[in-house]
Parts: sequence; structure tokens; C-alpha cells
Amino acid sequence: MTPKRKKRLIIILALVFGSSTAIGLTLFALNQNINFFYSASQITNGDAPKNIRMRAGGMVVEGSVERSTESLQVSFKLTDYANQVKVVFTGILPDLFREGQGIIAQGKLDANGIFQADEVLAKHDENYMPPEIAETMKKKIEVAQ
Amino acid sequence: MIPEIGEFSLILSLCLSALLAFIPLYGTIISNQLWMNYAKPLVNGQFLFLSISLICLGYSFTVDDFSVAYVANNSNSQLPIQFKISAIWGGHEGSLLLWAFILSGWTLAVSIFSRALPLDMLARVLAVMGMIAVGFIAFLLFTSSPFSRYLPQFPADGKDLNPLLQDFGLIVHPPMLYMGYVGFSVAFSFAIAALLSGRLDASWARWSRPWTNIAWAFLGGGITLGSWWAYYELGWGGWWFWDPVENASLMPWLVGTALVHSLAATEKRGVFKSWTVLLAIFAFSLSLLGTFLVRSGVLTSVHAFASDPERGLFILVLLCLSIGGSLTLYAFKAPNVKSDAQFSTTSREALILINNVFLTVMAMTVLLGTLYPLLLDALGGGKISVGPPYFNAVFVPIMGLMTLAMGASMAFRWRQTSPLAIVKILWKPLLISLIIGLIFPFIYGDGFEFSVFIGISLSCWVISTMSLEFIGKFQHSKSYWERLTKLSFSYYGMILAHLGIVVVAIGITLVSVYSQERDMRMEKGDKVELAGYIFEFRGTKIVKGANYSADQGTLLVTKDGELIAELNPEKRRYTVKRSMMTEADIDPNLWRDLYVALGEPLDKEGNAWAVRIQYKPFVRWLWLGGLLMTLGGLLTVADKRYRKN
Repeated sequence: MTPKRKKRLIIILALVFGSSTAIGLTLFALNQNINFFYSASQITNGDAPKNIRMRAGGMVVEGSVERSTESLQVSFKLTDYANQVKVVFTGILPDLFREGQGIIAQGKLDANGIFQADEVLAKHDENYMPPEIAETMKKKIEVAQ
Repeated sequence: MIPEIGEFSLILSLCLSALLAFIPLYGTIISNQLWMNYAKPLVNGQFLFLSISLICLGYSFTVDDFSVAYVANNSNSQLPIQFKISAIWGGHEGSLLLWAFILSGWTLAVSIFSRALPLDMLARVLAVMGMIAVGFIAFLLFTSSPFSRYLPQFPADGKDLNPLLQDFGLIVHPPMLYMGYVGFSVAFSFAIAALLSGRLDASWARWSRPWTNIAWAFLGGGITLGSWWAYYELGWGGWWFWDPVENASLMPWLVGTALVHSLAATEKRGVFKSWTVLLAIFAFSLSLLGTFLVRSGVLTSVHAFASDPERGLFILVLLCLSIGGSLTLYAFKAPNVKSDAQFSTTSREALILINNVFLTVMAMTVLLGTLYPLLLDALGGGKISVGPPYFNAVFVPIMGLMTLAMGASMAFRWRQTSPLAIVKILWKPLLISLIIGLIFPFIYGDGFEFSVFIGISLSCWVISTMSLEFIGKFQHSKSYWERLTKLSFSYYGMILAHLGIVVVAIGITLVSVYSQERDMRMEKGDKVELAGYIFEFRGTKIVKGANYSADQGTLLVTKDGELIAELNPEKRRYTVKRSMMTEADIDPNLWRDLYVALGEPLDKEGNAWAVRIQYKPFVRWLWLGGLLMTLGGLLTVADKRYRKN
């Protein structure tokens, strides 16, 4: 090998090594931080893992919102019109949170099958339905028919 | 009648854009000056008719013409006049019209301020911009015309503008952001024109540089405004959420920043010629991708509009055509470009290369995190979302490394610098910044904090190396004033923009580490202590606004017995939309913000409320830094060498 080629080889090897480390680390970070989405039915059927951060979505069941008188704890039920799952959240709910509204809760499912949310998301636009919810709803309606 | 005039002008501007896309370009092929000269009048016409169209829409809003569907959906007779105007870009159709209008504004500006440009080059640039305009105006007309009527029966009153958008931030944020997004179309058009002509030389870089800098400055300003708006209006005190739509604006900014730097190297030293072209293509493609992500509703985002898939498909086709077309052109033409200039590994060129690598890697990681949910879903891997921890984990370390290189770059000269000279310049600043970084967390906080150490050290590092370089400029001159006025605007712009990065870095570090926050239940008379301040809740009263009524809370803030502020956060009920809005109240200053927001009433009588109280040190620095960067970017354009000829 000529010295020039040798130099090139070293540069290329360094590049390959550097970029594969970067990609590897990035994918690792990505895998650590993705949250899967589960519908109410998937959770009640036991398809959702316990104690892993995830997202649950659905419509807030009318009349299911209960507030604690002492703290900021609030509980409500989420439905995909087939099954319901209970969600407990401590904190301030977003402005667009309402009964009958589609929301997404982020948190963990505890051993009793109650979803312990640390974040509740509702959207800017009240006609807007998160794509995840829209799709599970569509499936439910198709099955019902 | 007026909306029809608007629609008709839109159709005319589409026709003119189509001619603009074709005639001047054909003129360059057959070398016919007359055909090339058609570009300017066509641009004028396109701008005129798009202005008429925009004014017609504005007029429909001001006179409450609810027979126009877009007006009925986004306005109301009760809406204050300034929000009626800003409602033009409050929804999908109108914001696209603004997009097209700004595009034609940029095209007009290029045709006016590029007298120095050879005729054929100008013809190509304007033609490429005409092509983009055709795509967007066609999109407007065929899928989302803002002038469609509610027929046969229209509503008596409008549905009102989304309350979140009834705010000063939303009057200025979208136009600013679009100025940036669309501004990159100029850099893109210059790149395509250069590829078409095969003349990729330093003069190409000089022509395209001021445009790129302005676009970059506007985009940065737009992102800053968006972050500020989210902070007080939407985010309960958050200033960045790694939301897909925020990412969509950050990616072109990152690539644009790389482009601004590599253009400098191309202009000054004739290096990275084909890389610069590629960056220009990517910056604009990412702007288009951003538009696609926001408009198609494919991603779950706070900004997502309820929109139909047909629109998404249209933009996707547009995206594929422009990216595919320009990359194909690049593939054929770029190999002919030769960079003849040489540079060593210890030169400013090398440092700019490092900067570019870091910035593109950052843009790629953000892109990956943003599109990964789409990708996985398409492959049948289930519905997922990527959380902020991913972005923080990959973004922050690279940002730190880049700041390190940014400080060091001040010691590097073009072409070649001796490593010994670099070490000689840099060791003192390095030592000083490490010491300051080490001491700072003990003085400001309660003890050692690693991230504060890193953040403050890096900030001091950049400031000190930059000051050394600045002082070095005065070594051999007698009169300071003379020297100060002799330094170019570009140089001051660079200093200001780099200083902006430092200010943002300090802000991010301190607000992330030292923020304090409490959510709690408060009744009248309740007191709570946070960061040395005592907040006393004095209950709520009902107040009325133009189109809302609100519960207004009163909180007295005292420190050491002294009254600091009276804060009046509101919970508003917008009567038409029947929606709730939280209006936070903030006591701001340069060193800390006291942020109070009302959650919801916790009992029927409305005595007890959920209240969020936050202490945010140095949060203003985030936007101050963004402002400095914007000013820096604009200042470079005032440089003398762009005004010659």
C-alpha cells in the first residue's frame, strides 16, 4: 500500500467507526425512550405490559371524573367504546380536558390494572382526534357492524 | 363579490407563476434576452395579484363576511379587530395563502435587489422560485381555497378563532416563521440555478449569502417567538416540548446554520462548493417537510389541524417532486465541480467542517426522532411516540461539543494555523472558564452540579476566546474608534450571533437545573413559599372581556416582608367556542420569572383552586439569545460588500 492509500484507509476506517458508534448510540437512546400506544381494550385484555411507560388513549367517559377534596388527585375512565380503563392523575388537567373528549394519558399501568398517569394531553383543536384514537375507534365501529 | 375577486386574483397569480416558471428558463436555453427579461414583469404581476388576494381575505374578515367558510370557521363578530386580521393565518387555508404571499414577496425582493446578477442567472433563479409558487398556489386552489363560500345558507355568526391564537404572539409568530421557511427557497433557487448553469464559483456564494442570512435570522426569530408564546400561553411554563412541529422548524434552522457557515467558507476560500449546494437543497426540503408534517396531520402534535388526507398527499407529491428533482439534478451536475483550494486540519476551514458535521448530525437525530413513529407504524411495528428524553440525550451532548469547537474556532485562521499558536492563545481562556464553571454552582446554587459546571464553563469559554479575538483586532491601531468603525458589519453580526448562542446556553442550563415548581390546592388566604418568595392566594373574582368572561385570581408575592408583585392569573371561558383558556400571569425580570397559573376550581363554590406556581431563573435569556442571533444575522446583510455594484 502506498502511504497515500494507507492514509485514506485510516480516514475511511475512522469515519465508519465514528458514524456506526454515533448511529448505535442514537438507536439505543431511541429504544430507551419510545412509548407504545395502547387502547382501553388492549389494556383490559392484558395485552399491555405493567410498569412500563406508555401512552393510553380514548374518550373520557361521561360522569366518570372524580376529584379528591384534599389534593389535586383526579380519576376518570377512558373508553374506546368497548372497554374502560381507570386512570388516576395528580396535577392540573389541560384546558381542553372534558368529559366525552378524546385524550391521551402518559404513564404506567400498575398491578391493579389502574393507569397511573403523569401527563394528560388534550389538543388545541376540539374537533381534532389524535390519529391513534381515531384509528382504534374506526376498528371498533367496523367490528360492531 | 370581494371573495370572488380574491379567488380570481389567486387564479391569475397561478397563471403568471406558471409563465414565470417557463419563459425565463426557456430564454436561458435559447439565449434570448427578451424571454429572460420577461421574468421581472411576471414577478411584479404575481406579487400584485397575491397581495390583492390576501387583502380580499383580510377585508372579508374585517367586515365579518360569514358566507366565506374560512371566515366563519375562524372569526366572530365579537372578535377584537387585531385578531380578525391575524385570523387570516389562524387556520390552514389562510396560512398557506400567507406562505404563497411571502414567497412572492421574496421573489420580488430578489428581482429588485439583484441588479449585479447576470441576466441569465437572475432568470434561472426567478424561474425556480416560479416553479415553487406554482406548486403552492395550485395546492391552495385545488385543495384548500380560503375563499370557498358556505352555500346556500351561511351562519349568522362565526365559530370564533381558537382562543389559544387570540394573542399577540400569534399575530407575529407565523409570519416571522414563514419568512424564514420560505426565505430558504431563495438559497434553494440560487443553488438550483447554479447547478443548471454549471457555474458554482465564489460569486455564486456571494450572491446567495445575504439572502440565506436573512432567512436564517427570520427563522431563528420565529422559533424564538414560538417558544416565548408557548411559555406564557400554552405550556404551563414550558419553553420547548420536542413536539413534531417544533422539530419541523428546528431542522431547517440547524441545516440553515450549517449552510450559513459553509457559504462563508465557499465565498472566502472556494471550498465545500458542492456540499454547500447540497445543504441549500436540504434546508429548503426540510422547510417543505415541516409544512407537510404540520398540514397533513400524520403526527400527533399540539399544532396538528384536523385536515383531510388529500391535502397531505398533495404536499407529499410536491415534496417528492422538489427533493427528487433537485437531487437528481445535483447527481448529474455536482461531480463536475472541483474544489481546488487546500487547507490543513488546523485551519478555520476544518473548524467550519466540524461545525457542519455536528449541525447535520443534530438535524438527522431530530429527523429520526420525529419520523420514527411514522416509520415504525408504516412497517406495522405499532403506535409509538418518542419522548423528550431521547432528544435531550442525543441533542445536548452534541450541542456541548459544538460550543467547545465554537470557542476554539476563534483561534484558527483561514488555510493554516500553527498548532503551537493555537495552544498559546487558548490555554488561558480554558483555565479561566473551567474555574468559573467550577465556582459558579457553589455561589449561585447549593453545591456542585455537573450540568451547571459544563454549561457555564462552555459559555465562559466562548465569551473569553471571542473577547480575546476582538481585543486582538486593536493591537496595532492607534485610535480605537477608527478601528471599531473599520470592522465590518459581518464581523459584528458574527460576534452578536455567537453571543446569542452563549446567552441561550446559559438560559437553558440555569432554567433546567434551578427551576422550582409546585402544583397545589389553594383556598382564599392560603400561603405557600417557593424559592424564598411567599405567594398568598386572595381568591378570585369575575371579570369580562370582549368575547370571554373569566375568573381572575389574585396572588400577592412577598419576599422578606416586602411586596414584590400582585399577580392576576385568569381562567377564561370563551363564550362562542365554549372553551376554557388558562391565562398565566408572570412577574418577569432578567434574573428570574415568577409564574402563576390557575388550574381549575376544585369545589362548586369556587373557593378552592388548583394553582401552579413556578420560579424560573434566567428563562428570559433563552429569548434574549434568540433575539441576539436574529439581530446578528440581519446585521451581516448590511455589510458594505453586498451593497457594492
